[in-house]
Amino acid sequence: MKIAFTTKGTEWESKIDSRFGRANYFVFYDEDTQELSSINNKDNENDAHGAGPKAAQILFNNKAQVLITGNGPGGNASTILEKIGVVCYIEAQEITIKEAYNLFKEGKLKKFY
Amino acid sequence: MKIAIASGKGGTGKTTLSTNLASYLSENNKVVLCDLDVEEPNSALFLKTEIIHQEKKYKGIPEWNKNTCTLCGNCQEVCNYHAVIQLGDTIMVFPELCHSCYACSDLCPTNSLPMINNETGTLTHFKTNTFDFVESRLKIGEEQAVPLIKQTLKYIDNNFSDEFHKIYDSPPGTSCPVIESTKNADFVILITEPTPFGFNDVKIAIETMKALNKNFGIVINRYGVGNDDVINYCKKNNIPVLAKIPNKKEIAELYSKGELLWNKIPEVKTELENIKNFIFSNIKN
Repeated sequence: MKIAFTTKGTEWESKIDSRFGRANYFVFYDEDTQELSSINNKDNENDAHGAGPKAAQILFNNKAQVLITGNGPGGNASTILEKIGVVCYIEAQEITIKEAYNLFKEGKLKKFY
Repeated sequence: MKIAIASGKGGTGKTTLSTNLASYLSENNKVVLCDLDVEEPNSALFLKTEIIHQEKKYKGIPEWNKNTCTLCGNCQEVCNYHAVIQLGDTIMVFPELCHSCYACSDLCPTNSLPMINNETGTLTHFKTNTFDFVESRLKIGEEQAVPLIKQTLKYIDNNFSDEFHKIYDSPPGTSCPVIESTKNADFVILITEPTPFGFNDVKIAIETMKALNKNFGIVINRYGVGNDDVINYCKKNNIPVLAKIPNKKEIAELYSKGELLWNKIPEVKTELENIKNFIFSNIKN
């Protein structure tokens, strides 16, 4: 399973970025290959409109099945994420990617949809 | 002449000034007042009007035709607002993000994104005893004011010659709807109140008008409350203060009844005269 995180950096110890569309990075963890990869999303930060759908498209293109984030995506992004069947977990605030992943595995993150 | 009345901060007297200035000028001039604050038009509350024309307004939103689409991806690349998104073999359109620029539609090699009309609001043309009044009202749920403002300005241009003094009651703030409402004006009046909030927001509005290269001046409303920060700032930066409308209970009372002020309160008439004289002597028609 491939899991996407909204993050402020690209390492396991990097913090989660609580924003979705305007997150600094998307980090992907592929549980099958145990590989960690990332996409720089800083350009999206300055988009006046449509950062959410654009970010959802990045998840689609990277075949993410699960999203772990903070505040939760907005309406437009959620339309896409629900359509493509990404399962979304929220309220990973002020913690590292590693900690968020562990909470997810323990079933302690809140499911958004 | 086109005179836009804007403010930065909301609730500083744009509509009060617009309606009174229109009525005052219409004594000796041909005047059309236009309420461009389409998200919450309220000039009509102060006017006795009769409707002479009404029309629905629309904007185009692309609609995807999957049968002819070749999935080339041009549409999503040219969209500045990510309103068109390609997901594998699907194109999704987000109408609320669309700015109706037609780029995706016009640049689609197979015409698979035809623009479909969506209602954005209603334009109404009224007559008062002495001047014309045009108002547009955004449909509830519609997020974008600019397309309707643009069409309303076009209606004014098409229906009123240059003989008319055109007064635009603009939206508050300094974002796109304000830019659209003021960018073609010959003169912009920024109305503010002499409070810290008013001062903060009028400074932003001043910067905006400077960036647009506008000829503009300041009117202070509710003069007597707050402090002298606005006046001192204008003095220091050579910005003309056209008028000071006093803070009076009588004004608030008339306003609360939806009545005009200038024909009942002499000081208001004097201040409108100051505004008129300044603008007419500084701007050629």
